[in-house]
Amino acid sequence: MHFAVLQFPASNCDQDCVHAVRALGHTSDLVWHKNTSLGAADAVIIPGGFSYGDYLRCGAIARFSPVMQTVKQFADNGGLVLGICNGFQVLCEAHLLPGALIRNRDLQFHCEQVFLKTANFDTPFTSKTPRGKPLMIPIAHGEGCYFADAETLAKLQANRQILWQYCDAKGNLTESANPNGSVLNIAGIANERFNVAGLMPHPDRASEAILGSDDGKYIFESMVAALEQRRVGKAA
Amino acid sequence: MKAKIIITPKKAVLDPQGKTVQTALEHMGYLGVTGVHVGKYLEIDLAPGTDKGAAQKALDDAAHKFLSNPVIEDYRLEIVD
Repeated sequence: MHFAVLQFPASNCDQDCVHAVRALGHTSDLVWHKNTSLGAADAVIIPGGFSYGDYLRCGAIARFSPVMQTVKQFADNGGLVLGICNGFQVLCEAHLLPGALIRNRDLQFHCEQVFLKTANFDTPFTSKTPRGKPLMIPIAHGEGCYFADAETLAKLQANRQILWQYCDAKGNLTESANPNGSVLNIAGIANERFNVAGLMPHPDRASEAILGSDDGKYIFESMVAALEQRRVGKAA
Repeated sequence: MKAKIIITPKKAVLDPQGKTVQTALEHMGYLGVTGVHVGKYLEIDLAPGTDKGAAQKALDDAAHKFLSNPVIEDYRLEIVD
C-alpha cells in the first residue's frame, strides 16, 4: 500500500511517519503542502508537528493549504485519512472531524508514554488491534485536550466514533490516566463514515520494538487490512 | 480604518489559562475577581475609503471561518475609522 504523508512548514513527524509505514513493508512519499495532487496514494497521513508555527490556533492555517483541499476531496470520496497529533488538530479545524483540541488542563506540554483503550474494534483504524490489550503509545503535545459540546459527544458515543481513550496499564479509564483533561478521556475519534480518524498519541513513534513499543503498528496494519479488503471488493 | 476583533473562549470550554491568571491575581491580593478569560485581540488595517458595511460582512465571514473557531471561541468585531 502507498501512503501519502503531508508536509507543512514546521511539520516534524513527517519523516517518522514515512519511516513507520516503510518499516511495515509499505511505500510512502512526502507531499508538500502546496501540492494539489496526492499521487497514487491509497491513504493519507497528516503528521505531527507545529504546522505554520501553530499561529492563530493549532491547525487553523494548515487547513486552508492547497493540499488540504485535495485531502478533503479524497476523504469525501471515501479515502482513508489518519491525523496524528497536529494532524488531528488540522482535521478538526478542517471540519473533517468534530470538536476541537485546546490547551492541556495543566497548561504543560506532556511528553510521555500513555496507554490507550480501543473503544471500537470494528473500524479501518482498529480492526487489527488485539482485543483487551491497552496500547502503549507516547504523546507529545501542549494542546491535546479534546473538547466537543454535549450534543456532539452524545453523537460520537451513539455512533461509536470514539476509537481510543486514555486508560491505565490495565485498561481502566481513570482520571489520573487522562494526561490533558480531554472529555471522556478521548484520545482519538473517527468521522461518521469511519474513513477519517485522528488521535493525539503518536503510533509513528511506537511501531518498532526498538522504540520501546510497537503497539502503534496495529493502527497502520488495520488501515492496510481495510485497504486490502477494498481492493478485493473492487476486483470481485 | 481598522477592524478590531476580540476572541474569547466560550463559557463552557475549559480555560486553564484564565483560571491560572485568576488564581495569581488572588494571590497578589486583588480581591473580588470572579473570573478571568484569556483570549486574543486582532487589529486589522483596512485601506482608506473601504466600504464599512462590506468590510463588516467580509470580516464577519473571515472571523467565523478562520480567525476564530466557533466550536470553542466567541468573537466580537468592530470597525472603527
